[in-house]
Amino acid sequence: MLELYILLVFMIIGAIIAIEVNDLLSSVVAVGAVGLGLSIVFLILKAPDVAITQLVVEILALIILIRATLRKDLPFSTSGRWLLNTLITICFIAVALLVAGKCFNDLPEFGYPIMRVASTYLKEGLAKTGATNLVAAVILDYRAFDTLGEATVLFTAVIGVLAVVRKVGRKKIGEKVREEDE
Amino acid sequence: MAVYLLCFTLFLLGIYCILRKRNIIKIIIGVIISEYAVNLFFILTAYRAEGRAPIYSKSAIIENMVDALPQAVVLTSIVIGLATTALLVGIAMRIYEKYGTFDITKIRDLRG
Amino acid sequence: MSREREKGMSIIVKTITRLTVGLILLYGIYILSHGHVTPGGGFAGGIIIALSFVHLMLAYGKDVALAKLPKGVTSFLEGTAAIAFLSIALLGFMTGYFFLNFLSKGEEFRLFSAGIIPLCNIVISIKVGAGLFAIFAALVLLKFEPEKKEKRK
Repeated sequence: MLELYILLVFMIIGAIIAIEVNDLLSSVVAVGAVGLGLSIVFLILKAPDVAITQLVVEILALIILIRATLRKDLPFSTSGRWLLNTLITICFIAVALLVAGKCFNDLPEFGYPIMRVASTYLKEGLAKTGATNLVAAVILDYRAFDTLGEATVLFTAVIGVLAVVRKVGRKKIGEKVREEDE
Repeated sequence: MAVYLLCFTLFLLGIYCILRKRNIIKIIIGVIISEYAVNLFFILTAYRAEGRAPIYSKSAIIENMVDALPQAVVLTSIVIGLATTALLVGIAMRIYEKYGTFDITKIRDLRG
Repeated sequence: MSREREKGMSIIVKTITRLTVGLILLYGIYILSHGHVTPGGGFAGGIIIALSFVHLMLAYGKDVALAKLPKGVTSFLEGTAAIAFLSIALLGFMTGYFFLNFLSKGEEFRLFSAGIIPLCNIVISIKVGAGLFAIFAALVLLKFEPEKKEKRK
Protein backbone atom coordinates (compact mmCIF):
# COMPACT_ATOMS: atom_id res chain seq x y z
CA MET A 1 0.00 0.00 0.00
CA LEU A 2 2.81 2.37 -0.79
CA GLU A 3 0.67 4.56 -3.07
CA LEU A 4 -1.83 5.03 -0.25
CA TYR A 5 0.85 6.53 2.01
CA ILE A 6 2.23 8.74 -0.74
CA LEU A 7 -1.22 10.14 -1.51
CA LEU A 8 -1.96 10.76 2.18
CA VAL A 9 1.28 12.72 2.57
CA PHE A 10 0.39 14.71 -0.57
CA MET A 11 -3.01 15.54 0.94
CA ILE A 12 -1.44 16.71 4.20
CA ILE A 13 1.02 18.95 2.34
CA GLY A 14 -1.85 20.37 0.27
CA ALA A 15 -3.84 21.10 3.43
CA ILE A 16 -0.87 22.91 5.00
CA ILE A 17 -0.54 25.04 1.86
CA ALA A 18 -4.27 25.80 1.89
CA ILE A 19 -4.11 26.96 5.50
CA GLU A 20 -1.00 29.10 5.40
CA VAL A 21 -1.03 30.92 2.08
CA ASN A 22 -2.18 34.55 2.04
CA ASP A 23 -3.99 34.71 -1.28
CA LEU A 24 -7.53 33.40 -0.92
CA LEU A 25 -7.82 32.19 -4.51
CA SER A 26 -4.68 30.04 -4.12
CA SER A 27 -5.97 28.44 -0.96
CA VAL A 28 -9.24 27.51 -2.68
CA VAL A 29 -7.22 25.86 -5.46
CA ALA A 30 -5.20 23.95 -2.84
CA VAL A 31 -8.41 22.67 -1.25
CA GLY A 32 -9.41 21.46 -4.70
CA ALA A 33 -6.15 19.53 -4.96
CA VAL A 34 -6.81 17.89 -1.57
CA GLY A 35 -10.26 16.83 -2.75
CA LEU A 36 -8.94 15.31 -5.96
CA GLY A 37 -6.31 13.38 -4.03
CA LEU A 38 -9.06 12.11 -1.76
CA SER A 39 -11.02 10.86 -4.77
CA ILE A 40 -8.01 8.84 -5.96
CA VAL A 41 -7.55 7.42 -2.44
CA PHE A 42 -11.17 6.25 -2.51
CA LEU A 43 -10.44 4.42 -5.76
CA ILE A 44 -7.38 2.72 -4.27
CA LEU A 45 -9.52 1.58 -1.32
CA LYS A 46 -11.93 -0.11 -3.79
CA ALA A 47 -14.93 2.24 -3.40
CA PRO A 48 -15.91 3.49 -6.90
CA ASP A 49 -19.38 4.81 -5.96
CA VAL A 50 -17.93 7.08 -3.30
CA ALA A 51 -15.12 8.26 -5.62
CA ILE A 52 -17.54 9.44 -8.33
CA THR A 53 -19.71 11.29 -5.81
CA GLN A 54 -16.73 12.92 -4.07
CA LEU A 55 -15.34 14.19 -7.39
CA VAL A 56 -18.51 15.93 -8.60
CA VAL A 57 -19.42 17.28 -5.15
CA GLU A 58 -15.99 18.81 -4.75
CA ILE A 59 -16.21 20.54 -8.13
CA LEU A 60 -19.52 22.12 -7.16
CA ALA A 61 -18.18 23.19 -3.75
CA LEU A 62 -15.21 24.89 -5.44
CA ILE A 63 -17.49 26.83 -7.77
CA ILE A 64 -19.63 28.04 -4.88
CA LEU A 65 -16.57 28.94 -2.77
CA ILE A 66 -14.86 30.97 -5.49
CA ARG A 67 -17.92 33.18 -5.70
CA ALA A 68 -17.22 34.51 -2.21
CA THR A 69 -13.47 35.07 -2.24
CA LEU A 70 -11.72 38.38 -2.40
CA ARG A 71 -8.07 38.76 -3.27
CA LYS A 72 -6.20 39.15 -0.02
CA ASP A 73 -6.21 37.40 3.28
CA LEU A 74 -5.88 39.23 6.59
CA PRO A 75 -2.55 39.20 8.45
CA PHE A 76 -1.94 37.01 11.45
CA SER A 77 -3.20 38.87 14.46
CA THR A 78 -0.30 39.86 16.71
CA SER A 79 -2.41 41.84 19.13
CA GLY A 80 -3.55 40.76 22.52
CA ARG A 81 -2.55 37.36 23.80
CA TRP A 82 -1.48 35.71 20.57
CA LEU A 83 1.44 33.81 22.11
CA LEU A 84 -0.73 32.27 24.79
CA ASN A 85 -3.41 31.32 22.26
CA THR A 86 -0.94 29.67 19.92
CA LEU A 87 0.69 27.72 22.74
CA ILE A 88 -2.66 26.52 24.01
CA THR A 89 -3.66 25.35 20.52
CA ILE A 90 -0.38 23.47 20.02
CA CYS A 91 -0.70 21.80 23.42
CA PHE A 92 -4.26 20.76 22.58
CA ILE A 93 -3.14 19.24 19.29
CA ALA A 94 -0.25 17.36 20.92
CA VAL A 95 -2.49 15.91 23.65
CA ALA A 96 -5.06 14.87 21.04
CA LEU A 97 -2.40 13.05 19.03
CA LEU A 98 -1.11 11.19 22.10
CA VAL A 99 -4.58 10.06 23.17
CA ALA A 100 -5.39 9.00 19.61
CA GLY A 101 -2.18 7.00 19.44
CA LYS A 102 -3.31 4.99 22.44
CA CYS A 103 -6.94 4.61 21.33
CA PHE A 104 -6.20 3.46 17.80
CA ASN A 105 -4.65 0.30 19.20
CA ASP A 106 -8.17 -0.90 19.99
CA LEU A 107 -9.38 -0.70 16.42
CA PRO A 108 -9.17 -3.91 14.36
CA GLU A 109 -6.08 -4.06 12.23
CA PHE A 110 -6.15 -2.17 8.94
CA GLY A 111 -7.41 -4.59 6.32
CA TYR A 112 -9.28 -7.06 8.50
CA PRO A 113 -12.63 -5.56 9.50
CA ILE A 114 -15.21 -7.25 11.66
CA MET A 115 -18.18 -7.39 9.31
CA ARG A 116 -20.99 -8.60 11.48
CA VAL A 117 -23.92 -6.93 9.73
CA ALA A 118 -22.33 -6.37 6.34
CA SER A 119 -21.58 -10.06 5.77
CA THR A 120 -25.33 -10.71 5.71
CA TYR A 121 -25.76 -7.89 3.18
CA LEU A 122 -22.99 -9.23 0.99
CA LYS A 123 -24.21 -12.83 1.03
CA GLU A 124 -27.91 -12.28 0.46
CA GLY A 125 -27.96 -8.89 -1.28
CA LEU A 126 -28.28 -10.14 -4.83
CA ALA A 127 -30.93 -12.73 -4.07
CA LYS A 128 -33.15 -10.50 -1.99
CA THR A 129 -33.05 -7.24 -3.92
CA GLY A 130 -32.03 -8.18 -7.44
CA ALA A 131 -29.51 -5.33 -7.79
CA THR A 132 -25.95 -6.14 -8.77
CA ASN A 133 -24.56 -2.93 -7.27
CA LEU A 134 -24.59 -3.78 -3.58
CA VAL A 135 -23.97 -0.22 -2.37
CA ALA A 136 -27.10 0.96 -4.22
CA ALA A 137 -29.00 -1.95 -2.69
CA VAL A 138 -27.90 -0.90 0.79
CA ILE A 139 -28.76 2.76 0.20
CA LEU A 140 -32.17 2.28 -1.36
CA ASP A 141 -33.43 -0.98 0.05
CA TYR A 142 -31.86 -1.99 3.35
CA ARG A 143 -31.25 1.56 4.65
CA ALA A 144 -33.77 3.59 2.69
CA PHE A 145 -34.84 5.58 5.74
CA ASP A 146 -31.43 7.25 5.90
CA THR A 147 -31.83 8.32 2.28
CA LEU A 148 -35.14 9.91 3.17
CA GLY A 149 -33.38 11.82 5.97
CA GLU A 150 -30.70 13.02 3.59
CA ALA A 151 -33.28 14.27 1.08
CA THR A 152 -34.87 16.23 3.93
CA VAL A 153 -31.53 17.78 4.93
CA LEU A 154 -30.86 18.89 1.35
CA PHE A 155 -34.31 20.41 1.11
CA THR A 156 -33.77 22.32 4.35
CA ALA A 157 -30.40 23.62 3.12
CA VAL A 158 -31.97 24.94 -0.10
CA ILE A 159 -34.70 26.69 1.89
CA GLY A 160 -32.05 28.12 4.24
CA VAL A 161 -29.90 29.57 1.47
CA LEU A 162 -32.88 31.11 -0.27
CA ALA A 163 -34.05 32.64 3.01
CA VAL A 164 -30.66 34.14 3.84
CA VAL A 165 -30.04 35.66 0.44
CA ARG A 166 -33.32 37.21 -0.61
CA LYS A 167 -33.99 40.91 -0.62
CA VAL A 168 -37.72 41.05 0.03
CA GLY A 169 -38.32 42.47 3.46
CA ARG A 170 -35.13 44.43 3.57
CA LYS A 171 -36.12 47.33 1.40
CA LYS A 172 -36.02 50.83 2.73
CA ILE A 173 -38.88 53.28 2.64
CA GLY A 174 -39.69 54.35 -0.87
CA GLU A 175 -37.38 51.90 -2.63
CA LYS A 176 -38.81 49.43 -5.08
CA VAL A 177 -37.59 45.87 -5.18
CA ARG A 178 -36.88 44.63 -8.69
CA GLU A 179 -38.10 41.24 -9.78
CA GLU A 180 -34.66 39.73 -10.21
CA ASP A 181 -33.54 40.37 -6.66
CA GLU A 182 -35.88 37.96 -4.95
CA MET B 1 -2.15 2.01 12.46
CA ALA B 2 0.04 4.59 10.78
CA VAL B 3 -2.71 5.17 8.21
CA TYR B 4 -5.19 6.07 10.94
CA LEU B 5 -2.71 8.51 12.48
CA LEU B 6 -2.15 10.27 9.14
CA CYS B 7 -5.90 10.63 8.68
CA PHE B 8 -6.21 12.05 12.19
CA THR B 9 -3.43 14.53 11.42
CA LEU B 10 -5.49 15.84 8.50
CA PHE B 11 -8.45 16.27 10.85
CA LEU B 12 -6.34 18.16 13.39
CA LEU B 13 -5.05 20.49 10.65
CA GLY B 14 -8.65 21.40 9.88
CA ILE B 15 -9.36 22.03 13.57
CA TYR B 16 -6.27 24.27 13.84
CA CYS B 17 -7.50 26.30 10.90
CA ILE B 18 -10.94 26.76 12.48
CA LEU B 19 -9.45 27.88 15.79
CA ARG B 20 -6.68 30.24 14.80
CA LYS B 21 -7.64 32.13 11.66
CA ARG B 22 -9.24 35.55 11.44
CA ASN B 23 -10.81 35.36 8.01
CA ILE B 24 -14.21 33.73 7.61
CA ILE B 25 -13.26 32.10 4.31
CA LYS B 26 -10.27 30.43 5.97
CA ILE B 27 -12.60 29.08 8.66
CA ILE B 28 -14.87 27.62 5.96
CA ILE B 29 -11.81 25.97 4.36
CA GLY B 30 -10.99 24.43 7.75
CA VAL B 31 -14.50 22.96 8.00
CA ILE B 32 -14.17 21.45 4.51
CA ILE B 33 -10.80 19.82 5.33
CA SER B 34 -12.19 18.33 8.56
CA GLU B 35 -15.13 16.82 6.67
CA TYR B 36 -12.76 15.23 4.14
CA ALA B 37 -10.79 13.64 6.98
CA VAL B 38 -13.87 12.15 8.66
CA ASN B 39 -15.14 10.58 5.42
CA LEU B 40 -11.68 9.14 4.77
CA PHE B 41 -11.64 7.55 8.22
CA PHE B 42 -14.89 5.68 7.55
CA ILE B 43 -13.65 4.23 4.28
CA LEU B 44 -10.34 3.26 5.89
CA THR B 45 -12.11 1.07 8.43
CA ALA B 46 -14.02 -0.67 5.66
CA TYR B 47 -11.05 -1.90 3.65
CA ARG B 48 -10.33 -5.59 3.44
CA ALA B 49 -6.92 -6.87 2.41
CA GLU B 50 -7.02 -8.39 -1.11
CA GLY B 51 -10.64 -7.28 -1.39
CA ARG B 52 -12.64 -6.22 -4.42
CA ALA B 53 -15.28 -3.58 -5.02
CA PRO B 54 -18.80 -4.62 -3.93
CA ILE B 55 -20.23 -4.91 -7.46
CA TYR B 56 -20.99 -8.17 -9.21
CA SER B 57 -19.73 -8.77 -12.71
CA LYS B 58 -20.86 -11.16 -15.38
CA SER B 59 -17.60 -12.82 -16.18
CA ALA B 60 -15.96 -13.46 -12.83
CA ILE B 61 -16.94 -15.03 -9.54
CA ILE B 62 -16.09 -12.65 -6.72
CA GLU B 63 -15.30 -14.18 -3.37
CA ASN B 64 -14.17 -11.44 -1.05
CA MET B 65 -15.69 -7.99 -1.20
CA VAL B 66 -14.85 -4.97 0.89
CA ASP B 67 -17.35 -3.78 3.46
CA ALA B 68 -20.36 -2.17 1.76
CA LEU B 69 -22.07 -0.60 4.77
CA PRO B 70 -19.69 2.32 5.53
CA GLN B 71 -19.61 3.21 1.83
CA ALA B 72 -23.37 3.75 1.85
CA VAL B 73 -23.06 5.92 4.97
CA VAL B 74 -20.24 8.04 3.51
CA LEU B 75 -22.21 8.62 0.28
CA THR B 76 -24.90 10.34 2.34
CA SER B 77 -22.33 12.28 4.36
CA ILE B 78 -20.57 13.75 1.32
CA VAL B 79 -23.76 15.29 -0.05
CA ILE B 80 -24.69 16.70 3.36
CA GLY B 81 -21.23 18.29 3.53
CA LEU B 82 -21.96 20.11 0.29
CA ALA B 83 -25.22 21.48 1.70
CA THR B 84 -23.39 22.73 4.82
CA THR B 85 -20.73 24.46 2.72
CA ALA B 86 -23.32 26.22 0.58
CA LEU B 87 -25.16 27.53 3.65
CA LEU B 88 -21.90 28.77 5.24
CA VAL B 89 -20.92 30.63 2.08
CA GLY B 90 -24.35 32.26 1.89
CA ILE B 91 -24.09 33.50 5.47
CA ALA B 92 -20.53 34.76 4.87
CA MET B 93 -21.67 36.79 1.87
CA ARG B 94 -24.45 38.39 3.89
CA ILE B 95 -21.99 39.28 6.67
CA TYR B 96 -19.74 40.99 4.13
CA GLU B 97 -22.66 42.90 2.75
CA LYS B 98 -23.56 44.21 6.18
CA TYR B 99 -20.18 44.88 7.82
CA GLY B 100 -17.90 45.47 4.87
CA THR B 101 -15.20 43.10 6.08
CA PHE B 102 -14.49 39.40 6.59
CA ASP B 103 -12.56 39.94 9.81
CA ILE B 104 -14.16 38.19 12.74
CA THR B 105 -12.62 40.50 15.34
CA LYS B 106 -14.57 43.41 13.88
CA ILE B 107 -17.98 41.78 13.81
CA ARG B 108 -19.05 42.74 17.27
CA ASP B 109 -22.45 44.36 16.90
CA LEU B 110 -25.20 42.40 18.53
CA ARG B 111 -27.69 45.07 17.64
CA GLY B 112 -28.73 45.26 14.00
CA MET C 1 -16.83 40.37 -9.07
CA SER C 2 -18.94 43.49 -9.25
CA ARG C 3 -17.61 45.38 -12.25
CA GLU C 4 -19.56 45.68 -15.45
CA ARG C 5 -18.77 43.31 -18.26
CA GLU C 6 -20.49 42.17 -21.41
CA LYS C 7 -22.62 39.10 -21.10
CA GLY C 8 -20.81 35.79 -20.78
CA MET C 9 -17.27 34.81 -21.54
CA SER C 10 -15.13 34.89 -24.67
CA ILE C 11 -16.09 33.25 -27.92
CA ILE C 12 -13.85 30.21 -27.46
CA VAL C 13 -15.60 29.30 -24.22
CA LYS C 14 -19.00 29.81 -25.80
CA THR C 15 -18.23 27.52 -28.75
CA ILE C 16 -16.90 24.71 -26.55
CA THR C 17 -19.89 25.06 -24.25
CA ARG C 18 -22.29 24.67 -27.15
CA LEU C 19 -20.59 21.40 -28.07
CA THR C 20 -20.27 19.82 -24.63
CA VAL C 21 -23.33 20.82 -22.61
CA GLY C 22 -25.55 18.22 -24.26
CA LEU C 23 -22.94 15.52 -23.72
CA ILE C 24 -22.64 16.33 -20.02
CA LEU C 25 -26.43 16.10 -19.62
CA LEU C 26 -26.46 12.75 -21.45
CA TYR C 27 -23.63 11.42 -19.28
CA GLY C 28 -25.54 12.38 -16.15
CA ILE C 29 -28.65 10.54 -17.36
CA TYR C 30 -26.52 7.46 -18.14
CA ILE C 31 -24.93 7.33 -14.68
CA LEU C 32 -28.31 7.81 -13.05
CA SER C 33 -30.25 5.20 -15.00
CA HIS C 34 -27.62 2.45 -14.59
CA GLY C 35 -27.36 3.12 -10.86
CA HIS C 36 -28.25 -0.42 -9.84
CA VAL C 37 -25.82 -2.14 -12.21
CA THR C 38 -22.65 -0.02 -12.27
CA PRO C 39 -21.28 2.45 -9.74
CA GLY C 40 -22.95 5.84 -9.58
CA GLY C 41 -26.53 6.12 -8.51
CA GLY C 42 -29.03 8.89 -7.97
CA PHE C 43 -26.88 11.44 -6.14
CA ALA C 44 -23.93 11.51 -8.51
CA GLY C 45 -26.22 11.57 -11.57
CA GLY C 46 -28.31 14.42 -10.20
CA ILE C 47 -25.26 16.52 -9.41
CA ILE C 48 -23.87 15.99 -12.93
CA ILE C 49 -27.18 17.16 -14.41
CA ALA C 50 -27.05 20.27 -12.21
CA LEU C 51 -23.44 20.85 -13.31
CA SER C 52 -24.48 20.98 -16.96
CA PHE C 53 -26.89 23.84 -16.26
CA VAL C 54 -24.27 25.60 -14.12
CA HIS C 55 -21.85 25.32 -17.06
CA LEU C 56 -24.42 26.98 -19.30
CA MET C 57 -24.92 29.81 -16.82
CA LEU C 58 -21.19 30.40 -16.36
CA ALA C 59 -20.45 30.63 -20.07
CA TYR C 60 -23.43 32.56 -21.37
CA GLY C 61 -24.61 34.75 -18.50
CA LYS C 62 -27.65 34.35 -16.38
CA ASP C 63 -30.32 35.37 -18.91
CA VAL C 64 -29.77 32.48 -21.30
CA ALA C 65 -29.61 29.87 -18.53
CA LEU C 66 -32.67 31.19 -16.70
CA ALA C 67 -34.60 31.17 -19.99
CA LYS C 68 -33.94 27.44 -20.28
CA LEU C 69 -34.85 26.63 -16.68
CA PRO C 70 -36.86 29.40 -15.03
CA LYS C 71 -36.99 29.81 -11.29
CA GLY C 72 -40.63 28.74 -10.96
CA VAL C 73 -40.00 25.50 -12.84
CA THR C 74 -36.99 24.69 -10.65
CA SER C 75 -38.85 25.06 -7.39
CA PHE C 76 -41.83 23.14 -8.74
CA LEU C 77 -39.60 20.24 -9.84
CA GLU C 78 -37.86 20.06 -6.51
CA GLY C 79 -41.04 19.98 -4.45
CA THR C 80 -42.72 17.46 -6.74
CA ALA C 81 -39.76 15.11 -6.67
CA ALA C 82 -39.64 15.16 -2.86
CA ILE C 83 -43.36 14.33 -2.64
CA ALA C 84 -42.93 11.57 -5.24
CA PHE C 85 -40.14 9.97 -3.21
CA LEU C 86 -42.30 9.97 -0.11
CA SER C 87 -45.26 8.49 -1.97
CA ILE C 88 -43.14 5.66 -3.38
CA ALA C 89 -42.20 4.89 0.21
CA LEU C 90 -45.79 5.05 1.40
CA LEU C 91 -46.93 2.69 -1.37
CA GLY C 92 -45.06 -0.03 0.45
CA PHE C 93 -47.85 0.03 3.00
CA MET C 94 -50.06 -1.71 0.46
CA THR C 95 -48.35 -5.06 0.89
CA GLY C 96 -46.27 -4.89 4.02
CA TYR C 97 -44.28 -2.18 5.71
CA PHE C 98 -42.80 1.24 4.95
CA PHE C 99 -40.34 1.22 2.02
CA LEU C 100 -41.09 -2.35 1.02
CA ASN C 101 -39.55 -3.31 -2.31
CA PHE C 102 -42.76 -4.47 -3.90
CA LEU C 103 -42.10 -4.52 -7.65
CA SER C 104 -40.75 -7.64 -9.30
CA LYS C 105 -37.07 -8.38 -9.01
CA GLY C 106 -36.38 -9.38 -12.61
CA GLU C 107 -33.18 -10.95 -13.80
CA GLU C 108 -29.76 -9.79 -12.82
CA PHE C 109 -27.70 -7.34 -14.90
CA ARG C 110 -30.72 -6.09 -16.85
CA LEU C 111 -31.84 -2.49 -16.87
CA PHE C 112 -35.37 -3.22 -15.64
CA SER C 113 -34.62 -5.18 -12.52
CA ALA C 114 -34.32 -4.67 -8.78
CA GLY C 115 -37.81 -3.50 -7.90
CA ILE C 116 -38.23 0.14 -6.90
CA ILE C 117 -34.52 1.00 -6.95
CA PRO C 118 -34.43 2.55 -10.49
CA LEU C 119 -37.57 4.61 -9.75
CA CYS C 120 -36.07 5.92 -6.55
CA ASN C 121 -32.86 6.82 -8.40
CA ILE C 122 -34.71 8.91 -10.98
CA VAL C 123 -36.79 10.78 -8.42
CA ILE C 124 -33.83 11.51 -6.14
CA SER C 125 -31.72 12.80 -9.02
CA ILE C 126 -34.39 15.30 -10.07
CA LYS C 127 -34.62 16.56 -6.52
CA VAL C 128 -30.89 16.89 -5.95
CA GLY C 129 -30.26 18.49 -9.36
CA ALA C 130 -33.01 21.09 -9.06
CA GLY C 131 -32.06 21.94 -5.48
CA LEU C 132 -28.39 22.48 -6.20
CA PHE C 133 -29.12 24.58 -9.28
CA ALA C 134 -31.43 26.73 -7.16
CA ILE C 135 -28.66 27.22 -4.56
CA PHE C 136 -26.16 28.23 -7.22
CA ALA C 137 -28.56 30.64 -8.93
CA ALA C 138 -29.40 32.33 -5.62
CA LEU C 139 -25.74 32.75 -4.64
CA VAL C 140 -24.65 34.08 -8.04
CA LEU C 141 -27.47 36.57 -8.43
CA LEU C 142 -26.86 38.16 -5.05
CA LYS C 143 -25.36 41.60 -5.47
CA PHE C 144 -22.13 41.51 -3.60
CA GLU C 145 -21.21 44.99 -2.43
CA PRO C 146 -20.88 46.24 1.11
CA GLU C 147 -23.46 48.79 2.08
CA LYS C 148 -22.69 51.71 4.33
CA LYS C 149 -23.66 51.25 7.93
CA GLU C 150 -26.83 53.18 8.57
CA LYS C 151 -28.61 54.15 11.68
CA ARG C 152 -31.92 52.36 11.95
CA LYS C 153 -34.88 54.57 12.50
